[in-house]
Amino acid sequence: MQQMQTNIRMQNSTRRELLFRGMRDGLPIGLGYLSVAFAFGIAAVLRGVPAWIAVLISMTNVTSAGQLAGLDLMVVGCTMGEMILTQCVINMRYALMSVSLSQKLDKTVRLIDRLIISFCNTDEVFAVASGQPGLVGRYYLYGLILPPYLGWSLGTLLGCVASGLLSARVMAALGIAIYGMFIAIVIPPARKDRAVACVLGGAVLLSCAFQYLPFLKQHVSSGFVIILCAVTAAALGAVFAPIPVEAAETTADIPSKEVQP
Amino acid sequence: MTTTQVPMLIAYTLVMAGVTYLIRMVPLLLIRRPIHNRFIRSFLYYVPYAVLGAMTFPAILYSTSNIWSAAIGLIVSVILAFFGKGLLTVAVSACVTVYAVEWLLQLLPF
Repeated sequence: MQQMQTNIRMQNSTRRELLFRGMRDGLPIGLGYLSVAFAFGIAAVLRGVPAWIAVLISMTNVTSAGQLAGLDLMVVGCTMGEMILTQCVINMRYALMSVSLSQKLDKTVRLIDRLIISFCNTDEVFAVASGQPGLVGRYYLYGLILPPYLGWSLGTLLGCVASGLLSARVMAALGIAIYGMFIAIVIPPARKDRAVACVLGGAVLLSCAFQYLPFLKQHVSSGFVIILCAVTAAALGAVFAPIPVEAAETTADIPSKEVQP
Repeated sequence: MTTTQVPMLIAYTLVMAGVTYLIRMVPLLLIRRPIHNRFIRSFLYYVPYAVLGAMTFPAILYSTSNIWSAAIGLIVSVILAFFGKGLLTVAVSACVTVYAVEWLLQLLPF
């Protein structure tokens, strides 16, 4: 009996340790998300979306690029088809991450855990989980996803609240914040890898074409622009500069660790 | 400012959330073997950069109250990012730059 209690206590402490270890690893991610989500909250208020909707978006989506694209679509009143397609393309990379993450889960991870953990499988969470030696269990994973989720939700709320307190000129200046972050995400890898730079440049050129060429602007719905640009540029990259098979096996495990959720 | 009504905003939000969740959840639930196709792996590797590029430019130019302040903010962001500054540093510098430029423009007599 006493032996059993000792075993249970040991198990519990191990669980708690695993949970805390996950939280420790997730804390820097959560702090990073605070500022990006803050910028998202401001972007939402600037577009006239109520604060509680912005927070609802963050709490249900947990993905920065997808959320901003979705925000831009909903404010112009796109069709649901455009919304679904855009979200599919922008968030497609998560499918690959989830495929890869499924290989890392140990036998403590039940069906219900898979359902919850996949909800918060962001780029950084995935990158950290993949970087762990061996398999990872559910306690570690729950600890890992908690700080990022809280940071993401709280940051959005803070951004919305702050935007109510700031002057019009400060708000106008903050409108550039989320784009500044995107630039900080894409430029360093583009500098290291010429193929990434070409894909990035191609996407930017295409996006400009859709914005400034009258024919394209009139005939292509704004909802499809990001899809068209991204799929075309990424497909061209994959055709002309496929990542090496060796690297594909290792880098595709962490396909975009520097990209926000 | 959007004219989209709140019930519609909620509908959009739920659709976005549903699609995003399914993309993440279904593979984790069903697929147990990694993808080896080189084209798909390469494509998925490039997608985030292509998406962020297309979303950032030219939209960034219209993200402030003045295209010139946005353009200078963009240049400052690119330079700082090029030298490896972090997300927060780049974003805050861009905002401060935009604020300063708009303040200076306001002082000009024309």
